[in-house]
Amino acid sequence: MFETILIANRGEIACRVIKTCRRLGIRTVAVYSDADAGALHVEMADEAVRIGPPPAAESYLNIEAIVEACRKTGAQAVHPGYGFLSERAAFARTLEAAGITFIGPPVAAIEAMGDKIESKRLARAAGVSTVPGTLDSIADPDEARRIAREIGYPVMIKASAGGGGKGMRIARDERELLDGIARARSEARSAFGDDRVFLEKFVEEPRHIEIQVLGDRHGNILHLGERECSIQRRHQKVVEEAPSPFLDKATRRAMGEQAVALARAVGYHSAGTVEFIVDRHRNFYFLEMNTRLQVEHPVTELVTGLDLVELMIRVAAGEPLPFRQEDVRLEGWAIEARVYAEDPSRGFLPSVGRLVRYREPQGKEIRVDSGVVEGGEVSIHYDPMIAKLCARGHDRRAAIAVAREALDAFLIRGPAHNLTFLAALLAHPRFQEGRLSTGFIAEEFGERFRGASLPPARLEEIAAVVVRLRLERARRDARASGKLPGWRYRPERDWVVQLDGVCFAVTLLADEEERSVLHLVDRHLEVAVDWRPGDPVVRARVTGWTFTLQVDPLPEGWIVRHGGAELRALVRSRRAAELAARIPEKVRADTGKMLRSPMPGLIVSIAVQPGDEVKAGQDLCILEAMKMENVLKAEQDGRVEEVRVRPRDTVAADQVLITFS
Amino acid sequence: MQEILEKLEQKRQGARLGGGPRRIEAQHARGKLTARERIELLLDPGSFEETDMFVEHRCSDFGMADQHVPGDGVVTGQGTIDGRLVFVFAQDFTVFGGSLSEAHAEKICKIMDRAMKVGAPVIGLNDSGGARIQEGVASLAGYAEVFQRNVLASGVIPQISLIMGPCAGGAVYSPAMTDFIAMVEDSSYMFVTGPDVVKTVTNEIVTAEELGGAATHTQRSGVADLAFANDVEALSEIRRLLGFLPSNNREKPPVRPTDDPADREEPSLDTLVPENPNKPYDMKELILKVVDEGEFFEIGRDFAKNIITGFARFEGAPVGIVANQPMVLAGCLDIDSSRKAARFVRFCDCFNIPIVTFVDVPGFLPGTAQEYGGIIEHGAKLLYAFAEATVPKVTVITRKAYGGAYVVMSSKHLRGDVNYAWPTAEIAVMGPKGAVEIIFKSDMADPARIEQRTREYRERFANPFVAARRGFVDDVIMPHGTRRRIAQSLRWLADKKLENPWKKHGNIPL
Repeated sequence: MFETILIANRGEIACRVIKTCRRLGIRTVAVYSDADAGALHVEMADEAVRIGPPPAAESYLNIEAIVEACRKTGAQAVHPGYGFLSERAAFARTLEAAGITFIGPPVAAIEAMGDKIESKRLARAAGVSTVPGTLDSIADPDEARRIAREIGYPVMIKASAGGGGKGMRIARDERELLDGIARARSEARSAFGDDRVFLEKFVEEPRHIEIQVLGDRHGNILHLGERECSIQRRHQKVVEEAPSPFLDKATRRAMGEQAVALARAVGYHSAGTVEFIVDRHRNFYFLEMNTRLQVEHPVTELVTGLDLVELMIRVAAGEPLPFRQEDVRLEGWAIEARVYAEDPSRGFLPSVGRLVRYREPQGKEIRVDSGVVEGGEVSIHYDPMIAKLCARGHDRRAAIAVAREALDAFLIRGPAHNLTFLAALLAHPRFQEGRLSTGFIAEEFGERFRGASLPPARLEEIAAVVVRLRLERARRDARASGKLPGWRYRPERDWVVQLDGVCFAVTLLADEEERSVLHLVDRHLEVAVDWRPGDPVVRARVTGWTFTLQVDPLPEGWIVRHGGAELRALVRSRRAAELAARIPEKVRADTGKMLRSPMPGLIVSIAVQPGDEVKAGQDLCILEAMKMENVLKAEQDGRVEEVRVRPRDTVAADQVLITFS
Repeated sequence: MQEILEKLEQKRQGARLGGGPRRIEAQHARGKLTARERIELLLDPGSFEETDMFVEHRCSDFGMADQHVPGDGVVTGQGTIDGRLVFVFAQDFTVFGGSLSEAHAEKICKIMDRAMKVGAPVIGLNDSGGARIQEGVASLAGYAEVFQRNVLASGVIPQISLIMGPCAGGAVYSPAMTDFIAMVEDSSYMFVTGPDVVKTVTNEIVTAEELGGAATHTQRSGVADLAFANDVEALSEIRRLLGFLPSNNREKPPVRPTDDPADREEPSLDTLVPENPNKPYDMKELILKVVDEGEFFEIGRDFAKNIITGFARFEGAPVGIVANQPMVLAGCLDIDSSRKAARFVRFCDCFNIPIVTFVDVPGFLPGTAQEYGGIIEHGAKLLYAFAEATVPKVTVITRKAYGGAYVVMSSKHLRGDVNYAWPTAEIAVMGPKGAVEIIFKSDMADPARIEQRTREYRERFANPFVAARRGFVDDVIMPHGTRRRIAQSLRWLADKKLENPWKKHGNIPL
């Protein structure tokens, strides 16, 4: 077994690998760029080596610097995590040449699977079913047109060197095809330095289901069941689960066997993932094989009880797998939700900044993999994923319930995040029924998320809770010094709660130290809260029901977040509400009159000029930030008044880019 | 007998109607509550006791003889806010446009006199068209009576003005002399001369809102300290403000029990100050993380944002917070920020509210605009205010504390009681770059040498220990323990006694 392992990665996956190493008594070495000098993985590791400036190309992708770090620290093996160098054959080869073990598959397998076309050829040869389409990159538009006609529209255009959804496009007709190829090429060129693209049949209502395989250096290869990762946004996975609610036993076995066959065909060892696309009839087609640990591996760990990182380390050290296929037991259900620093209300644009408040939910069925602490920074240089929230239950319904509760309790302030979106997603009836497809988010939520709506009963319970919060505060305020003699605190009896404009009349029936009894609509509610004034997280019990909500103070109430909804809750005495109703509601200033930069970045191009009429949703300009080109769209119809920036301008967050008249 | 009682009740009903249903409706349509409605929301339910409900004006010119409304356009009296006594007057725009007559002024003066007698705050709800022109100089005399009382009450009892409608001409000078001015957005304005006069005299065309609305005064002029969305919110927030203030200058502010532990640690503060000394960070995060329950009542939020002022609590006891804001103008002191903070410090000192100061100040803002505008005099106000203050003063230097600005910001030299520094503090005459350029002028041609000198200077002076060795800072503290250290200091300083030499009054550079 290794004495020292270097983790050639950052963030949550580096921390996750370090945890297993610690448990195994292995010394750990972290590497870091200047942007990560104070990061959690650096603090957690036994030793840390600086490998370069913030840009990944000069640090986490710098093979020489990492090999040098191994030499300096005496690391005998390297765990690459995912992303960065994890699937670079050159890295594995360089390590090997330096006598350092690469904790991952053999170089040949990385190479074979790294090329989408090559991998598909191999898969076909190994008897794995593949999607109809070309295997060769297409030479010219004529060829593309011909092939597309052969396999039939819609077709998918993919970059040969692609991954993570970059360079992927769907074309439904010839026009889209030609346009799509040009765009896919340019994206692929800038992302991977390789502009080859190929075509394949686009599977409708597709589900993304993948098989976790595991092999040792002694020829044993087995699979650990599937993960369903259909919940994606622009090909980025958002929610994953194991098992899949869609597979039956026979399909599971067939997919598992094909995955193992493919792994065997390339002499695979270590952990790997064979991704399939599954259509509505449970036909499955090979997509690609990821020759590394997946982001979503925790769900497999939660249902198998295994530690994949430990197994990877043991396999790399030459140990045989300690169990056989028949020994693999899948128990219960696990769901992972990826918490991203992005703003769902602004078209999911990535967000950056200091984590002013950060508190993870806790519970015995909850696992949070993260690489940050409160006060940490979501940096512009790397992936905007903050954490992976995993929940387990004896069945799918239970796992979803745990996950929803955990999302409600997850506290993040600072950068924008997708917690409310995730909560809305998990609350969605179609998700709960398990009717998933990779188009789920686009179909159910569109490009901009505006918050979930809560069932009326839950709104009533929230109204009751905020009244209780007000009463708790009032009771406490009553104990302040300086009162006139003879003054006694009398709790206000009649309240009106306004939740995003909907009013609830609430009557206080009993107010005690521990609980209040309230009447609203036609219900008597007994309300107790676990809360200290100032705390943003409230654990509430309303007539036997417990749930969590988050509250941020407003002058007359709170902004309440719960279950994917974000509500302005005004809590007023009935009299104050009556008086407030006598004066007209003010019309808020129109913020739609300008386009502001959602984050710092570089203007790539501008699609409009003064005087242009624009429609809501129309592209206005492209902003490059966090290595991503973000299309900024018009929020409403209007006419462009002034364009205040030019291409290649560097802009600050919130800077006004375009104004409308 | 019964008949007499009923008559009284009838008279009261009449008075409560003010200018009548039609005018009340118009008042509502303008987004404004009536004087009585406002008082009802401001005070604890049922606590208001009205004074002078039957007062009427004594004017007979210009047809006023047959126009009488009991109360004469202002509702006055006293009541409680969270059980604490306050006096209040609310001008009634539905009666003669809330204009100020001699009798109207007398009513205000009466409750001010009472407030002074018993030592309780006065809250004025302003909504008045101005002087009662029909009364001529008698009305002006009425203003003067109020002004005089404002001045005598200043520093004795807290005076708060809430502008909830027009407040123009000489009338502005009563609020101007009170401690805090709050305005309601879109339905209030304050100016000395209105848009019409402005147009005649200077040809400027400007709306009342632009000239003197809440946005103008809270963002540009700094005349108003607070702006609220509507009447209901404004009154509710004034109640909250009162919770931080003592009733008079002989008392300490009220203490509110809290479950927030005084020794609560905030590990994330250890990473608040960025590695790069030129990178800003949000000082408000520090404030919100160290005070009780994260509750901070900011004063002047939208004006001179390079300095933050406001109220918070430690262990339930109110403090005034003054803090440089590195996010705006690097947190430097300029004319506006000096004036804003000076006034706030003096308020705290008047009313026995300890002052907690967070320092990250690179110096005074340079430039002709500042020099011509009199930064010397205005900067001196803040220096004067801190130096004069005898309340407990606890200071934490988080990063830069350079030059004269260091001295100004509640330094040890200005009788700071407890002065802490974070390990990231740099207490020096100026930043390393500037210092080296002066000391090693001859080396300027050699960038390598300059860089080395800068590094040397940084190592030598850009730390808190040079000052700590002289006792100018009492201790260098861990950021995560800041709350505990401040709370401890305030605890032992609670009974601090310090008096300035007797004088009629000092001569602060105005």
